[in-house]
Amino acid sequence: MKLRRDVFQAIADPTRRAILVLVATQSMTAGAIAANFDTARPTVSKHLQILTECELLKQEQNGREIYYHLNPYKMKEIADFIEPFRQMWDDRFNKLETIMKAYKPKK
Amino acid sequence: MELKTKIAAEEGKQELTITRVFDLPVELLFRAYAEPEIVEQWMGTKVLKLDNKKHGGYIFETTDPKGNKHVFSGAIHEFTPRKSIIRTFEMENTPFDAQLEFLEFEELTHETSQLTIKIVYKSLAMRDQMLQLPFAQGINMAHNTLQQVVSKLK
Repeated sequence: MKLRRDVFQAIADPTRRAILVLVATQSMTAGAIAANFDTARPTVSKHLQILTECELLKQEQNGREIYYHLNPYKMKEIADFIEPFRQMWDDRFNKLETIMKAYKPKK
Repeated sequence: MELKTKIAAEEGKQELTITRVFDLPVELLFRAYAEPEIVEQWMGTKVLKLDNKKHGGYIFETTDPKGNKHVFSGAIHEFTPRKSIIRTFEMENTPFDAQLEFLEFEELTHETSQLTIKIVYKSLAMRDQMLQLPFAQGINMAHNTLQQVVSKLK
């Protein structure tokens, strides 16, 4: 299995995160995306390739141009991975709340 | 229903914020962090040391279901009753570096309070790794259950 297929690996890079932010609002061609960066065009292409491989970006053929757009389902996976962490803290805090209620002075 | 515990992990920042509203007066919420016997109950850990003061520190030890002991420790930088705690947190004997934690306790009403924990990690990658820990553990647990089921079939 190639490491770069890991979505977390993909979003660990600042340029790739910037690309995701760019295409979040509208589909863009590779050229239009590259125009937003100082890095060489092949470098941007490489980033696009990685993002596409891990399915964070989808390609769409429109006439002679290929447009890139965000894959919301894959992005949701990233949001979901925080959920177990939140759940862990929520459980812990619920326990704290229950325990401390016993210390409450009875009225 | 609104979630009681919220996690804000802003993209591209090596920090995260946990907020929680408690159905408890701020005094009681703070006691849950100040008294070792209470910490032991809700954190499910043994408190080996809890020296709540500036230049103080703490050592917690938990035992996992397999009997392995894990030590968590840190230094306390600030300890202001009913207001705030600033401390470090480290999982000993793991590749994870220490993190810095800012805990703020706030009174909302006489009967409710809010805790805000801001955690700063060494790097963005470290933060994301820590976030994935319970996720990875969940997968491990599923694997263990599967293993138990499979070994019974043997």
